[in-house]
Amino acid sequence: MNDDLETLRGEAAGRIANAASLEALETLRVELLGKKGRVTELMKTLGGLAPEERRARGAALNTLKDAITRELEARSRSLADAELDRRLASERIDVTLPARPWPDGRVHPISQTIDEMVAIFGDMGFVVAEGPDIEEDFYNFTALNIPPEHPARQAHDTFYLQTAGSEAPKVLRTHTSPVQVRTMLSQKPPIRIIAPGRTYRSDHDATHSPNFHQIEGLVIDRTTHMGHLKGCLIEFARTFFEVPELPVRFRASYFPFTEPSAEMDIGCSRAGGELKIGAGGDWLEILGCGMVHPKVLANCGIDPAEYQGFAFGMGIERAAMLKYGIPDLRTFYEADLRWLRHYGFLAIDLPTLSGGLAR
Amino acid sequence: MKFTLGWLKAHLETEAPLDRITDTLTMIGLELESVEDRAAKLAPFTVGYVVEAKQHPDADRLRVCIVDTGTGKVQVVCGAPNARTGMKGVFAPAGTVIPGTGAELKPGIIRGQASNGMLCSAREMGLGEDHAGIIELPDDAPVGEPFARVLGLDDPVIDVSVTPNRADCLGVRGIARDLAAAGLGRLKPRVVAPVPGTFKSPIGVRFNLPTGAADACPLFVGRYIRGVKNGPSPKWLQDRLTAIGLRPISALVDITNFFTVDVNRPLHVFDADTVAQEIIVRLAKPGERLAALNGKEYTLAGEETVIADADSALGLGGVIGGEPSGCTERTVNVFVEAALFDPIRTAMTGRRHQIVSDARYRFERGIDPAAVFEGMEAATRMIQELCGGEASEPVVAGDAPQWHRTYTLRPARVHALGGVQVPTDDAIRILKDLGFEIEREPTEMLRITPPSWRGDVQGEADLVEEIVRIWGYDSIPAVSLPRETATPTVALTPAQRRSRDARRALAAAGLTEAVTFSFLSRAHAALFGGDNPALLLANPISADLDMMRPSLLPNLLLAAKRNADRGIADSALYEVGPQFGDDTPEGQRQVAAALRAGATGPRHWGARPRPSDAIDAKGDALALLSALGLAIDNIQVAAEAPGWYHPGRSGALKLGPKTVLAWFGEIHPRVLAAFDMKGPAAAFELFLDALPAPKAKDSKARPLLRLSPFQPVERDFAFVLDADVPADKVMRAAKSADKALIANVGVFDVYQGKGVPEGKKSLAISVRLQPTTRTLTDAEIEAVGHRIVAAVVKATGATLRG
Repeated sequence: MNDDLETLRGEAAGRIANAASLEALETLRVELLGKKGRVTELMKTLGGLAPEERRARGAALNTLKDAITRELEARSRSLADAELDRRLASERIDVTLPARPWPDGRVHPISQTIDEMVAIFGDMGFVVAEGPDIEEDFYNFTALNIPPEHPARQAHDTFYLQTAGSEAPKVLRTHTSPVQVRTMLSQKPPIRIIAPGRTYRSDHDATHSPNFHQIEGLVIDRTTHMGHLKGCLIEFARTFFEVPELPVRFRASYFPFTEPSAEMDIGCSRAGGELKIGAGGDWLEILGCGMVHPKVLANCGIDPAEYQGFAFGMGIERAAMLKYGIPDLRTFYEADLRWLRHYGFLAIDLPTLSGGLAR
Repeated sequence: MKFTLGWLKAHLETEAPLDRITDTLTMIGLELESVEDRAAKLAPFTVGYVVEAKQHPDADRLRVCIVDTGTGKVQVVCGAPNARTGMKGVFAPAGTVIPGTGAELKPGIIRGQASNGMLCSAREMGLGEDHAGIIELPDDAPVGEPFARVLGLDDPVIDVSVTPNRADCLGVRGIARDLAAAGLGRLKPRVVAPVPGTFKSPIGVRFNLPTGAADACPLFVGRYIRGVKNGPSPKWLQDRLTAIGLRPISALVDITNFFTVDVNRPLHVFDADTVAQEIIVRLAKPGERLAALNGKEYTLAGEETVIADADSALGLGGVIGGEPSGCTERTVNVFVEAALFDPIRTAMTGRRHQIVSDARYRFERGIDPAAVFEGMEAATRMIQELCGGEASEPVVAGDAPQWHRTYTLRPARVHALGGVQVPTDDAIRILKDLGFEIEREPTEMLRITPPSWRGDVQGEADLVEEIVRIWGYDSIPAVSLPRETATPTVALTPAQRRSRDARRALAAAGLTEAVTFSFLSRAHAALFGGDNPALLLANPISADLDMMRPSLLPNLLLAAKRNADRGIADSALYEVGPQFGDDTPEGQRQVAAALRAGATGPRHWGARPRPSDAIDAKGDALALLSALGLAIDNIQVAAEAPGWYHPGRSGALKLGPKTVLAWFGEIHPRVLAAFDMKGPAAAFELFLDALPAPKAKDSKARPLLRLSPFQPVERDFAFVLDADVPADKVMRAAKSADKALIANVGVFDVYQGKGVPEGKKSLAISVRLQPTTRTLTDAEIEAVGHRIVAAVVKATGATLRG
């Protein structure tokens, strides 16, 4: 390479390295490579040279131009980096400041418990049925083999509505069992339904709420017997409480609408005053059940000589209290945000059997 | 139903330990409520013999006693006035804990005299209130033995809950029979030999029941016993009654109470000398009065069965006796009643007058119709044993009702219904043990007659229950329900799915679910249009819960208020549940409602809170509708809402002109004031039933997505227009300028004030143009812009802002 180009290159490299800002670097670029820049001017002199010489000088000039371009770019990058670093340093914030509030709602434990129960029974082929909260005496009592004078009626603490005229007063359903009646009257067996819903009894103290929730179950076909009743409810209880070896027992009992009738207990321990579901010396009643009474089938237009099946009814709050350790029934209806935040569930906690019922 | 183990063993021959008996009771349907074994608690306290009791040298009221405890002699200082030489009392050695006081007894010196134990009063033993002196035990009480045994307190008290169908188990004998059938022993035979009458009863019995009420008392058996001596009943009888919580009164009364509990045979005894001429069983006369044995006076309605004499009502049949005709210590002639009363009428009488009695409880569940005469004979026998006297011939009115019924049991039904194989011989044995009569037919069918005391057994299913219950539910093998379909069924209907999804969506949006009562006060209901008298409760639990809710908002407002009172001023609550328009099933609507009270959030450096407003509520409602799958573009907004909303800050979300999907808005200040709330509060009510049913689709496949490859263009326009022109009108007009090209119209600014004339507002919209066939030219964009402006100006009278 020619000496003058060598000198220019050295000078350019020095000045590029010393350029203090992107602006200075740009000025330098124009001075060197601009339309009237020094390298450009040198290029223009090539036309006056002999072909041989021109080729060699041209190549040398191109090498020089490329080298300067590379150095300019490198310096530009490093200057830009430095400038960005300076800007970022000036943009520092206090990351310990509280974040903006995010949506943080909850689902009530009653809804969560119902969803869990639907997930479990749904897997066994049950579908959800519904009925009105304001019921006719026929559906709530008479069809269920509870005639007006039956002593069981007194135990129900029924709310009556101020029905006008001579009509039998309507009642607030005292249990979800009228949904059984409505289902059997409207569809043919085989039937496999559950009916969660609101129920009402005029009783208000530490362990009773005038408005509470039950879930009803009904299976009607030609072959279902008490062994199926036990199998279904044992599988339910063990899945719901998430205790695979949960001890269970069925005791003889009485309901006007089932025959034979039973109550189901689950094992628990009360050591140290703390209730724990699972093995232990004690039993805890969780539901009533039985084979649907032939009279109830007949009342609902189903031939008891041909069809049979079982029914059960369970308190939803009670199940939630046992599973989630909620001590007081009355708190379910107080809508205390502190309580709901503590005992409630997130929207994404939708129970599934594959993903787990509860966290 | 309370009874003691000793009482049970009077009917049941058994060696079974107590816990096996109680476990069996629970498993066969007589659920154990409690078992109280007083003997265990009182075991350390023994019979002590006071060898010598002399005056304390330094205290007037104290005595120094030498007590023989059976293992040695101990000095005890005692303050009881009845402590004396030669008596037997209850000795508590030092180191024991006194049940009545809970204090540990320590040896000590009392006024200079050593005291190494105590002679105890009934109160100190936890056996009553008597503290006037120490317990005196009989002379033959063995020294050193636990005193509880001597006093008959070592008999554990068992309490079981008897289901309404098992009237027979309201007698100890019925319980014993069940236990015997369950393999816990043998039911002791009970033979009641009749007592021959020696004279004709001077008091006769007749029915005076109107037609239609003949069944009020199908059978009345009476008997006159003269020359009795009434007094305290013997200790064994008093002990039994006391143990189950009944107060001994006199031998005659205690005998009736005994048979009520022993064999479920309620009886009544009249002082025969108070009965005028004869016993008449009739219905009460309206307004007739009766002074009852419980000390209360009742005015009768006219439907009650009364036992009367020639002058007046003596008692309410099957419910309670009368005071003036009751037996006393002075009774010498007694008239005994054993009768049957109609369960329904008995229950109605008891309910009408709110009388709870052992007799009512039993008669309303049904008394053994075949045991009336036997009951009379047993009572006569015991009265003569305890009180002496001479019995008349029984006087009888009516007949025992027919109770024989026969049912066919197919032995295969036991497994088909009960799910367990019980060998037929065992099934027969169980039924026989329970008192059923069985005839085996050549066809293997069993012809079965239930016993007279089992009115509850009404068919084959009941027979299966009896067999399986006694055989044991534990032995039924559990079987999984077979799947009916190869693929899983969907448990929720689309409507149910929407309720569930609404809860999850609202929680995801930051609202918290409340579950509140379906009822409220009628005053609160009235504020939300609730004025249907058919929704008033006839027997509310309290006046503030006396009507079915016409809306979910009042209870949410109450909840927000309670939270505010607890210091949480800003709340975002929702509920998904029923509201009631009338008392029919159709009048019940499923609603999702939400209430944002207070500010949008806490005071925050980076997110300034503002009062929750109608547009927040609108956004909540639209977000929910969107989450439930509705096409938001089809929803119309109208500035109309019911009176509980702010008239200028509320609206309806509608689908077509008629279907209201939701109301939204700020709560009317007057309503807030009625809830004692300061506000602000914004709410929506979304009627889940009003949403169109999702279309049933053959395929879940989505329509093919066609994405435009051409650049969209965004253009802004600002208009000045009358302040009351709805933004919706501007947006619709703009959109109508080119429906194919305009993908979206948004409002990015609304302004009133300086620079905008009075009564006008500035509204700025941004319009997104999305070409589908080629990139737009500048000329085309300009042309669309002109059309948009023209459409808005035409529709709203707006002018384009310069």
